[in-house]
Amino acid sequence: MDTRSLTTPFTDDDVASLRAGDLVRISGVIYGARDAAHGRMVEALERGEPQPVDLRGQVIYYVGPAPAKPGHVIGPAGPTTSGRMDPYTVQMLEQGVKGFIGKGYRSDAIKAALVTYRAVYFAAVGGAAALLARHITASRVVAYPDLGPEAIRELTVVDFPAIVVNDVWGGDAYKKLEVGD
Amino acid sequence: MMIRQISVNRVQDAVRDLLIELAYRLPADYLAAMHVAREEEPSSLGGDILTMLLDNAAYAEAERIPTCQDTGMAILFLEVGQDVHFCDGDLNQALHAAVEEAYRDLRKSVVDDPLLRRNTGDNTPPIIHYEIVPGDQVHITALMKGFGAELMSRLRMMPPSEGVEGVKRFVLETVKLAGPNACPPLIVGVGLGGSFDTVALLAKKALIRPLGEPNPQPHLAQLERELLESINDLDIGPQGFGGMTTALAVHVEAYATHIAALPVAVNLNCSAPRVGKLRIED
Repeated sequence: MDTRSLTTPFTDDDVASLRAGDLVRISGVIYGARDAAHGRMVEALERGEPQPVDLRGQVIYYVGPAPAKPGHVIGPAGPTTSGRMDPYTVQMLEQGVKGFIGKGYRSDAIKAALVTYRAVYFAAVGGAAALLARHITASRVVAYPDLGPEAIRELTVVDFPAIVVNDVWGGDAYKKLEVGD
Repeated sequence: MMIRQISVNRVQDAVRDLLIELAYRLPADYLAAMHVAREEEPSSLGGDILTMLLDNAAYAEAERIPTCQDTGMAILFLEVGQDVHFCDGDLNQALHAAVEEAYRDLRKSVVDDPLLRRNTGDNTPPIIHYEIVPGDQVHITALMKGFGAELMSRLRMMPPSEGVEGVKRFVLETVKLAGPNACPPLIVGVGLGGSFDTVALLAKKALIRPLGEPNPQPHLAQLERELLESINDLDIGPQGFGGMTTALAVHVEAYATHIAALPVAVNLNCSAPRVGKLRIED
């Protein structure tokens, strides 16, 4: 299968061109944030406070990296489970986020919101954290340093490999499994 | 009868060294099963993902960096011979110190309270299970448990009438609900029987058994084979993108239970199953 190269920030044309199942390589700046950082960002929004980073057109990577070995810019940095961020995702879409990278299912409500807000959900390979970190060429904590591994990081990535799971056309690369009789 | 003296300092050093090694190097039995799975995986993308996971394991080991950023919560199983006396300090404190030392260069993934959620900063406390056994040996099994898979684990107190079919339904349902979230290929630990507390521990113990070693009881070994086949027919595949490598192994552990219940627990382990065992030497 062909691999598409994409550069952040994403335009509406970028996201519209992607289809569930596409293999992509992402380059540019992305933002690492997971559970606690999302909680804080949404609390700040609810209080009417400014966001720590301008997320328009940006990509959020659900990641809490390991500490960097001396000489490395970051430690192993694979995706964490995206579904835990579902309760915060509409607010992120309202801020203009155009892409999310993680692993695992999104709720039906979030899949619909991705269509409405024109944003794409990508999966990276969970468990391939050491290799994925090689595609990260710079890392800087930009908010909530007290959260340690859960701080928001600005990450510069080069050819970061991902798979389109949910596109803006309602496509889903994960097989739907029926549960119950 | 002689009482064997074991210094807690020796235990601390051994556990620390084991945990550090587990972070960087995935178990040989898991890697062997992954190589076989990659040869047999019919899905092209699934095969590519298995190759990437194997490459990741080789790279992490060569670089001495963790295979996965989630080096988990440390779960320690101690089998302590009843003829052993621990000296030179507090054994629990020594195990906490071993975890603190091992995680110095690893991610700190533990919060002090499930509601207040303040990172403890050193990945302590570990979860420790003790078992007293005959003899004067101490065996310690460490599991660095990633919580992507832990989060998708489930327990149900079933009525006995549900029987083996009910057990199969529950296990398959758990694997389906987990789908890509638990980072397949999985190791599926199933606990059967006991009480509400024991059944979860049985499922966890199922995860530390050498990969693919069958339960010694024929009916449970048969259940393991049938479950593995059914799970790999679900077409979840590596990372949930389809294929036949959804689980590498199903292990079932069982214990006596009450006439009123058939407790079942399913504990999942991910594609970075960091399990290791040691014996304390003199």
